[in-house]
Amino acid sequence: MIPANYFMILSVILFVLGAVAFFIKRDLITMFMAVEVMLNAANLAFIALTRSANSLDGQVIVFFIITVAAAEAAVGLAIILLIFRQKKTIKTEDIKLMKG
Amino acid sequence: MTDIFWLIPFVPALSTFILAVFGKKLPKKYVSFQACFAVFGSFFIAAISFMGLLQTSHESYPLVKNIFSWINAGSFNVNLSLQFDPLSAVMALVVSGVGFIIHVYSVGYMADDEGYTRYFTYLNLFTFAMLILVMASNVVLMFVGWEGVGLCSYLLIGFWFEKHSAANAGKKAFIVNRIGDAGFLLGIMFIFIHIGSGEFTAINEAIGGGAVTQGLATLIAILLFVGATGKSAQIPLYVWLPDAMEGPTPVSALIHAATMVTAGVYMVARMNLLYSLSGTAAQIVAIVGAVTAVYAATMALTQNDIKRVLAYSTISQIGYMFIGCGVGAYGAGMFHLYTHAFFKSLLFLAAGSVMHALSGEVDMKKMGGLRKYIPLTYSTFLIGAIAIAGVPFLSGFFSKDAILTSAYANGYYFVWALGILGAVMTAFYMFRLIFLTFHGQERLAPEVKAHIHESPPVMTIPLALLAFFSVVAGYVGLPVVAGENLNFFGNFLEPVLRGGHEAHISHNLEWILIGISIGVAFLGIIIAWVFYIKSPRIPEKLRTRFPRIYKLLYNKYYMDEIYNAAFVNPTVRGSEIIYDNFDLKIIDGAVNGTAKVTGSSGKILSYFQSGLIKDYALIFLIGVIIFLGYLIIF
Repeated sequence: MIPANYFMILSVILFVLGAVAFFIKRDLITMFMAVEVMLNAANLAFIALTRSANSLDGQVIVFFIITVAAAEAAVGLAIILLIFRQKKTIKTEDIKLMKG
Repeated sequence: MTDIFWLIPFVPALSTFILAVFGKKLPKKYVSFQACFAVFGSFFIAAISFMGLLQTSHESYPLVKNIFSWINAGSFNVNLSLQFDPLSAVMALVVSGVGFIIHVYSVGYMADDEGYTRYFTYLNLFTFAMLILVMASNVVLMFVGWEGVGLCSYLLIGFWFEKHSAANAGKKAFIVNRIGDAGFLLGIMFIFIHIGSGEFTAINEAIGGGAVTQGLATLIAILLFVGATGKSAQIPLYVWLPDAMEGPTPVSALIHAATMVTAGVYMVARMNLLYSLSGTAAQIVAIVGAVTAVYAATMALTQNDIKRVLAYSTISQIGYMFIGCGVGAYGAGMFHLYTHAFFKSLLFLAAGSVMHALSGEVDMKKMGGLRKYIPLTYSTFLIGAIAIAGVPFLSGFFSKDAILTSAYANGYYFVWALGILGAVMTAFYMFRLIFLTFHGQERLAPEVKAHIHESPPVMTIPLALLAFFSVVAGYVGLPVVAGENLNFFGNFLEPVLRGGHEAHISHNLEWILIGISIGVAFLGIIIAWVFYIKSPRIPEKLRTRFPRIYKLLYNKYYMDEIYNAAFVNPTVRGSEIIYDNFDLKIIDGAVNGTAKVTGSSGKILSYFQSGLIKDYALIFLIGVIIFLGYLIIF
C-alpha cells in the first residue's frame, strides 16, 4: 500500500498549484477551476488519511464536499455568466464595483 | 364673599389661553370683547372680595388659598398659593381696574394694527402675571409673577419688533431687569436659608419672633431692593424705562406707569417688617428714592419727546413712592402708587391720543396750539398734569404731600428737601409739556395738520374716566389736619403695614409743610408759564448761557453712553474674544478635529478596499496562514 505521506505531498502540491493559479490568473473561469483544484486537493488528503486510519469519517466529509462543490459550481458559473452579460468581460481587474 | 378671591388672576389667564390657541381664527370684535371682559371679570371678583374683606376681622388676615403644593424637596417647600389682604386687595383693584380702562382704550388705539390679537394676548398675559405677583403668598410665587410681568414687558416693548429700535429697547429692558433679578433671587435664597420658608406669614412671624438679626435683615432687604431698582427703574438700573417708550402707548400707560414698574414699591411694602427691622436698608430705599426723584426730574426738563418726558416723570414719581416706604410711611408710599396709577396712565393715554391725532408725531417741537383741535384730550391731559403737579384738591396733591410730610416728620429733612425740589421740577416739566403741546404757536407739519382729528369715543371715554379718578382718588386718604380718622386708605392698610412708624407733628407744622408743597407746585407752574408762554425766549437764552448744563441734561447725563462704555462694550468685546478663541478654535476645533480624524483614517483603510477579488483573497490567505501558524507554533 502506498503510504499516506505520498498522498499528502501530492495534496499539498495540488493545493499550492491551485492557490498560485488563483492569484496569477486573470479570468474568472480559470480562477474558478483553480478553486476546484484546491477543493480536490483537500478531498485527496481526506481520503488518504481516512484510509490509513481505517475509518469512514473522512469519506463522509468528502461526499459532502463533492456535493457542495457541485452546487457551488452551478451557482458560480451562473454568476460568471451574468457578469459576462452585464460587462462583456470576465477579467477580474475590470470588475471592481466595490472599490472604496 | 372673599372665598372666590383666588379666581382673580385666572380669568385673564383663561382668556390668554383662548386667544393664544384660537386667536387667529377669532374675529377682531370678539377678541376685543373677550380681552376687556376678562380683565373686567378680574376687577369684578376683586371688588366683591374687597367688600368681603372690609367685613372680615383684622385677625384673620391674610386670607390664604392653597391651590396645590408646587415644590417639595426636603426642607424646601413651595406652595402655589394666593393670599388676599388689604395690600393685595388695593393692588389687585388698581391692576384690574386701571387695566380694564386701558384695555378698552387699546381697542381704539390699536384698531388698525396687524398684531391686534397678539397685542391683546400679551396684555391679558400681563394682567395675569401682575395679579399673581400681587396676590402670591410666598416670595417664590411672587418671583414667578415678577418674571412674568418682565417677560410681558419685553414682548410689548418690542411689539413692533420689525422696528430695530423697538427690538433693542425690549432687549435692553429685559437684560437690565435680569441684573436686578439676580439680586432678588439671592435675597430669596437667603430667606430660605435663614428663615426656612418663603411664606410671607412665616417671614413676618420669624421677624416678629426675633429669629432674624438686624444684619441678616439688612442683607436680605438690600438684595431684594436691588431687584426693585431694576423693576421699578430706580438709580442705577433706570436706563431701560425711557427706551421702553418704543412700545405702544397704552402699554406704556399700563406697564410702564401704572402697574409693573410699581411692583418694587409693592414688594418693599409687603416686606415692610424686614425693612423696618433693618433700618439701614430703609434709609437706603429712602435715599435712592429721593435722589432718583430729583435726578429723573432734571432729565425730564429738557426732553422734547412727549412720551420720554412722561417716562422720566414716572421714574421720578416712583422715587417718591420709595421715599414714602423708606421713611417708614408705607401707607403713604402705597397711596402715591394708587393715585399715580390713575393720573400717570391718564397722561400716557392722553399723550397717545395726541399721537393718534398727529399721525404718530411725538416731538413737542412740532406741536403747539393743539387745544383748539383736540379739546377733550387737552382737558383730560390738563387734569392729569394738575394732579401730578400737586395742585391742591386733586389726587396727586394728597399722596405727594403725605409722603413729604412723613419724610419731614420722621426726621429725613434732606430727603424732604430733595422731594420739594423734585416737586418744583415736576410742576415745571409737566406744564412745559402742556404749554409746548397745546398752547402757543402752531408748529405742525402741514400734512399732519390736514389729518388732525379728535380720537374716537372708545379712547376718550377711558380718558374721561381716568380724569375723574385723578380728581377724586385722593379723597380716601386725607391728611390728619383735615380731621382725625379721615385717612381711610391708611387705616385700611394699617394691619398689614405694621412695620411703619408714624411720627406725629403738630398741626401747625403740618399746615406749614402743606403750604410749602402748594407753594412749590404753583412756583413750578408759574416758571413754566413765564418760560413758554409769556416770554418764550428765556429757554433759548438759558440754553446759550449754560450750554454745558443744557447738553448734560439733554443727553441724560450721558448715562447710556457711560453704561455702554463701562458694561455693554466690555461684555460685547469680551464675548467676541471668547467667541474667536474658545468657540471658534477650541469647540469648533474639537468638532472639526473629530471629523478630520474619522475622515483620514477612513481614507487610509479604504486602500484595502480595492474592489479586486484577488486582493481580498490574498488578505484572506495571509490571515489564514497567520492564524494557522499561531495554532501550530503555540
